[in-house]
Amino acid sequence: MKRVALFITCVNDALFPEAPKAVVRILERLGYEVDFPAAQTCCGQMHANSGYKNDAARLARSFDEVFGGYDAIVTPSGSCAAMARDQYPHLTGSDIGQRVHELSEFLVDVAGVEDVGAHFPHSVTYHPTCHGTRALGLGDKPLRLLRAVGGIDLVDLPAADQCCGFGGTFALKNSEVSSAMLADKCRNAAATGAEYLAAADNSCLTHIGGGISRLSRIYGSAGVAKSGGPKPIHYAEILASTA
Amino acid sequence: MSDIVPAASLIPADAPFPKAAKVALGMPQLRANLAHATGTIRAKRAKVAGELDDWERLRDTASAVKADVQRRLPELAVEFEQNATAAGATVHWARDAKEANEIAARIVREAGAEEVVKVKSMATQEIELNEHFEAEGLKAFETDLAELIVQLAEDKPSHILVPAIHYNRTQIRDIFEQRMGDAPVGLTDDPAALAEAARLHLRRRLLSSTVAVSGANFAVAETGSLVVVESEGNGRMCLTMPRTLVSIVGVEKLLPSFSDLEVFMQLLPRSSTGERMNPYTSVWTGVREGDGPQDVHVILLDNGRTGVLADEVGRQALSCIRCSACLNVCPVYERTGGHAYGHVYPGPIGAILAPQLEPGKHDDLPYASSLCGACYEVCPVKINIPEVLVHLRQQGPHQAAEKAAMGAAEAVMARPRLWRTALKAARLGSMPWRRKGFVRRMPWPVSKWTVSRDLPVPPKESFRDWWKERDR
Repeated sequence: MKRVALFITCVNDALFPEAPKAVVRILERLGYEVDFPAAQTCCGQMHANSGYKNDAARLARSFDEVFGGYDAIVTPSGSCAAMARDQYPHLTGSDIGQRVHELSEFLVDVAGVEDVGAHFPHSVTYHPTCHGTRALGLGDKPLRLLRAVGGIDLVDLPAADQCCGFGGTFALKNSEVSSAMLADKCRNAAATGAEYLAAADNSCLTHIGGGISRLSRIYGSAGVAKSGGPKPIHYAEILASTA
Repeated sequence: MSDIVPAASLIPADAPFPKAAKVALGMPQLRANLAHATGTIRAKRAKVAGELDDWERLRDTASAVKADVQRRLPELAVEFEQNATAAGATVHWARDAKEANEIAARIVREAGAEEVVKVKSMATQEIELNEHFEAEGLKAFETDLAELIVQLAEDKPSHILVPAIHYNRTQIRDIFEQRMGDAPVGLTDDPAALAEAARLHLRRRLLSSTVAVSGANFAVAETGSLVVVESEGNGRMCLTMPRTLVSIVGVEKLLPSFSDLEVFMQLLPRSSTGERMNPYTSVWTGVREGDGPQDVHVILLDNGRTGVLADEVGRQALSCIRCSACLNVCPVYERTGGHAYGHVYPGPIGAILAPQLEPGKHDDLPYASSLCGACYEVCPVKINIPEVLVHLRQQGPHQAAEKAAMGAAEAVMARPRLWRTALKAARLGSMPWRRKGFVRRMPWPVSKWTVSRDLPVPPKESFRDWWKERDR
C-alpha cells in the first residue's frame, strides 16, 4: 500500500478538524495509507512573512525533522505548501518542499485522478486563493476535481482572482485596507447566490467566512432577512462527501 | 464648479501607511476613479500581453538583461559616458538629488534661461526638481497632459504612468478652468475638448522655450544613446525643439546594447498602457549639427541606487522599467491610490523601492501588501516583488510587543507537546462561545481582526482527538 504523510497545518489543528479529516477520507478511499506524525505543528509561514526569519527557520527545521522520512506529504493548504517549496530553500536550504503537495496537486499530478467518487448536491462557487494560484501554480486543478463531483452545481465567482485581503498579519497591520478588500470579496461571493464558497485554504476561508458571518449579523440586527453570503467550506470536504 | 483641493494634501504628510490608507479609503470619489481606471488598464494589458506567444520568453530575457546590467553597472556607466561624450553630449555624475538639481539648475542658467519645458520623468519627480527650480527662481513647466493637470492642481502624482489617475474628467475640467489662464470659455468635460485646451496651452510654451529637461526610459551603453517612450508627442517636441536638453537618468536605466531595446520595446507598451506599439519613441545620441538640441547634457543619477545594488535579494527592484503594471493589478493600490504610500514610487514597486532608496524611512511600506502575488505575475521584467517584500520585512525593525508575541508563538510551536497543550487550553477556554459559534469582539491586537470579521471558535473535538479515536 502506498504511504503518505498528512500535514494538517496549524490553522486546521486549532480550528478546523473537518478539512484534514476529509483529506484522510479521500486518500484512504483511493487506496493510500495515511500517516499523521503527531509532532507536527506549524510550517513557519506567519513568522517568515511577518519578518521573523530566525523563528521561521527554527520551525522549518522542525518540519524537516517531522516529515523528512516521507516521500510524499499532503496538505490541505496551498499557502503552507508554497511556504515549504518557495521559502525553505532560502531559510534552511531544505528541498523538502518538492515533496509537499497541496491536495489537488497530489490527486491530479501524483495519483492521476480527477474523479474521486464524490457526491455533493449543492451550488458551490470557488475562490482560487492567491498562494495556491500564483505561488504554487495550481491552475484549474481544484476546479477539475470539483467539476467531477456528482450533483454539484458550480457557479462562477466574479473577480475570482482578486485577493480576499487576508494576507496573514496584513489583516491586522493594515486592517482597513484588508477589510475593504474583504468587503468586495464578500459582495462578489453573495452575488453568486451559491450555497457554499469553496477554497483550498482555511486561512482565507476564515477571513471570508468571518466577513460573511459579520454581514449576516448586521443584516439580522437591522431586521433584514438576508444572508451575508455563502457558507465557507474547504473543497476537500466536498471531495470527501459521498452519496 | 468645485474648488480645487490637491488630493495629496488630504493625506496626512508622513503618516504611516495604515493611517494614510485609512484616510484614502474614506474618499468615495477617489476609490471610484481608481477602481475604474486601474480596471480598464488591467483588462487592456491582459489582452495585449496574451497575444504574444513568446511573452514568457520576453520576460525571462528582459529579466536576464537587467540582472546582467546590475552585475556590470560600473563598466556600463563608463562605456555610456565615453560613447555619449564622443557623440557630443556632456555627461555629469550626481551622487544624490541635491547634486543632480544643482547641476541641472546651473546648466539652465548658463543657457541664459529662466524657464524650462519638461518631458514626463519619474527621476525628476524623485529628486523634486520642480521644487528645487522654484526655490532657485527658475520655473519648470510640465508638458505631459497628466503631469500638467497635477502641476496646475498643485498636487502630487498618484501613479507612475498615469499621475492624474485620481481625477475624473469633471475634476480635470474644473482644474483647467480655474488654473490654466488661457482655458477656453465654456470648456466642457469632453475628453477631446480637454485635450485640445491643453494642446493649445502647451503649444505656445513649447514654441518659446529654449531649454528642456527630460528623464530617459533607457540609456544604451554601446552607443551612448538615450530613449524616451511617450504617448502624446509633447515629449518629442521637448526633445527636438529647444536648443539645450538636460536629461536626468537613473544609472539603473542602462542597457548594454542597442539590440536589447527590441525586447523592452515589446514589453513596455503592452505592460504600461496596454498598447501593442508605443506612439512616440525618441532616440538620440549626443548632438547632430544643425538638427535638434545643440547643447546636450546627461546627468547620471545614483541617489541611493548603488546602495540597493549591494543587496542581493533587494537589487532586483532596480530592474523596474516603470511600466506600472504592478500598480494596476494591486488590490491595495486600487483601494488607496498612490498618495497613501508617501513616496514618488507608490504601489508594489514603491513598497520595495522606497525603503531601499531611503533606508530607515518607509519601513511601513513592505507591510502594505497581502503578498497576493498579482504584481509578480504581470511584471514584464519578473521582479519577484513578494520575495523582496518578505526579505525587507526580515531586515526591518520590529515592534517590541509584536516581537515578544512572535517569539512566544514560536517557542510553543517548536515544542509539539506544548503546542498540543496550548490547543487544548484554547478549546477549553473558548467553551463559553461554543454555542454561539463565533467571537464578535476581542482585545487588541485581535480587535484589528474583529473590527470587520467574526472569529471562529475552536472545535469541541480536534483532529488529533478524532485521529486517536479511530486509531484504536
